[in-house]
Amino acid sequence: MNNTLNTDDRLHPHGDDFYELLMTAHEGLDFDQSAALNARLVLLLANEVGDFDTLAAAIKRASKS
Amino acid sequence: MHYQNREYSFETPPELKGETPGKYPVAIVGAGPIGMAMAIDLALQGIRTVILDDNNVVSVGSRAICWAKRTLEIFDRLGIGDKMLEKGVTWKVGRLFNGQQEVYNFDLLPDDAHKMPAFVNLQQYYVEEYLVDRIADFPDLIDLRWLSKVAGEDIADDEITLHVETAEGNYDLAADYVLACDGCNSQIRQRMGLNFDGQTFEEHFLITDVDMPEAPFESDEPERWFWFKPPFHTGQSALLHKQPDNIYRIDLQLEQGADPAEEAKPERVIPRLKQIVGDRAFEIDWVSVYSFTCAMLDKFVHGRMIFVGDSAHVVSPFGARGGNGGIQDVDNLGWKLAAVLKGEAAPELLESYDEERRHGARENIMNSSRATNFMTPKSKMEAVFRDAVLNLANDLPFARRLVNSGRLSVPCALEGFALQSPRNTTRGLAPGTPCPDAPLENGWLLNKLGGEFMLLTVGRRAKMTAPGGVKVLHFEDHPGVTAHYGDDMIYLIRPDQHIAAAFEAGTGAESLKFALARAIGKSTLETTS
Repeated sequence: MNNTLNTDDRLHPHGDDFYELLMTAHEGLDFDQSAALNARLVLLLANEVGDFDTLAAAIKRASKS
Repeated sequence: MHYQNREYSFETPPELKGETPGKYPVAIVGAGPIGMAMAIDLALQGIRTVILDDNNVVSVGSRAICWAKRTLEIFDRLGIGDKMLEKGVTWKVGRLFNGQQEVYNFDLLPDDAHKMPAFVNLQQYYVEEYLVDRIADFPDLIDLRWLSKVAGEDIADDEITLHVETAEGNYDLAADYVLACDGCNSQIRQRMGLNFDGQTFEEHFLITDVDMPEAPFESDEPERWFWFKPPFHTGQSALLHKQPDNIYRIDLQLEQGADPAEEAKPERVIPRLKQIVGDRAFEIDWVSVYSFTCAMLDKFVHGRMIFVGDSAHVVSPFGARGGNGGIQDVDNLGWKLAAVLKGEAAPELLESYDEERRHGARENIMNSSRATNFMTPKSKMEAVFRDAVLNLANDLPFARRLVNSGRLSVPCALEGFALQSPRNTTRGLAPGTPCPDAPLENGWLLNKLGGEFMLLTVGRRAKMTAPGGVKVLHFEDHPGVTAHYGDDMIYLIRPDQHIAAAFEAGTGAESLKFALARAIGKSTLETTS
């Protein structure tokens, strides 16, 4: 695992709150609309993370399925 | 080993012998775990109760089987904790599968600092049997009447009259308070016309108890297996865990549109079970199909009629929050009702039961709904996210925390509600916290707390005499206690083992007096006088 990617649980104690919020945001959207929402969200979070190496590590880890 | 239900006999009550026993302080409708625990808690406070149940056996089928730590602690206070611990199955290893593949496993290490484990599995019929036996310890305080159906009630301002039907005749019984512990289909709730709307889930679940002498696990230790998208049936999830007597509980979530009656037939059930347990011999002990609603009453306290347990709130089974939530209702209500009946507190104290336990019910409904939603994605994108979480959970800790196969019942914090004093120190435990257990030289801390208001003083500087004759429990140089409670701290502990107020050592008796008045519901009286 890339050193710059923190995969410890950092959402606690709000993990379930976050997941519910995310699912609620997708409610009532068709699949394409949902995909667009995800894309916007990824871009916003990428800017929030800011660090290029971290983003590169995240993309690399997410690409491995 | 198939459990044989004990049958209890009808005994002619005084009302049908021409006697006039007068008004009862408390009548309890329903002799399930909640009704019986309620009677025992009140008996421990010296309050006399009569329990009326239309049946004459303990739970048919294992039903609630998962009893959480806080519930065990409450049952321990009521006197059946040791029996539950001895008989119950304590599992340590949990395995989570996605399809064929094991995503991860975890080991619940026992916490040596607590008497009770995270939870035990024990069939509801055993719990009820232990409660019936414990009730026999209070012959003068608890009158348990089987085969006595409450067919109606007259609710007046000063008392409630119940109309009781029995094979030997009908009679009326008057009580100061009636506790509706008559379960999720509460007849009392329906007769009173109370709104009980909530979220109904469409999925049906098939519960099967199988009697299987040979364990399906690799070692002798009992495990808990949970599947997303199980390979052995088309539904979304499945759960296998062990109960005493080599009985295994298998929950199968059925596909939407599946015919529940068809799915419960042995020729449908047996091939699926064989896919889980292989060639091991087993017999089906009990099969039940259910669907569920998450709902709660707008108010639990309706004058002299008080709803406790499933009659007040129902949740999905994920997280085992039904029975566990109900026992916390009992814990919360017992001492308050006793204080009101003994004239130590005003009836308004009961409003705090309503406030605190509706909060608990909301929390339970939220958690069980979230688990249900995670297990049953409602759209393609929800399924994509769920699968992504399971994929990452293979090796990433953060994703494991997002996997939701039910968040096990934990006691809710009561900070900020009327009875608790505001926090005035950042050290130690916050007001509203249920007291954590700690090992003592000769037993456990929780066995010394509860039943009455107590002062727990920790550290040399905290030593003091309590105002108003409140009992003091003092600890010095005791690492087990200090680890949780901090040093030089003073706590006011409620009879239900929750912290009502927390102070730094050196706090004056006046502050404690005020906290005590507040904790028995007198703060509003004092501020208005």
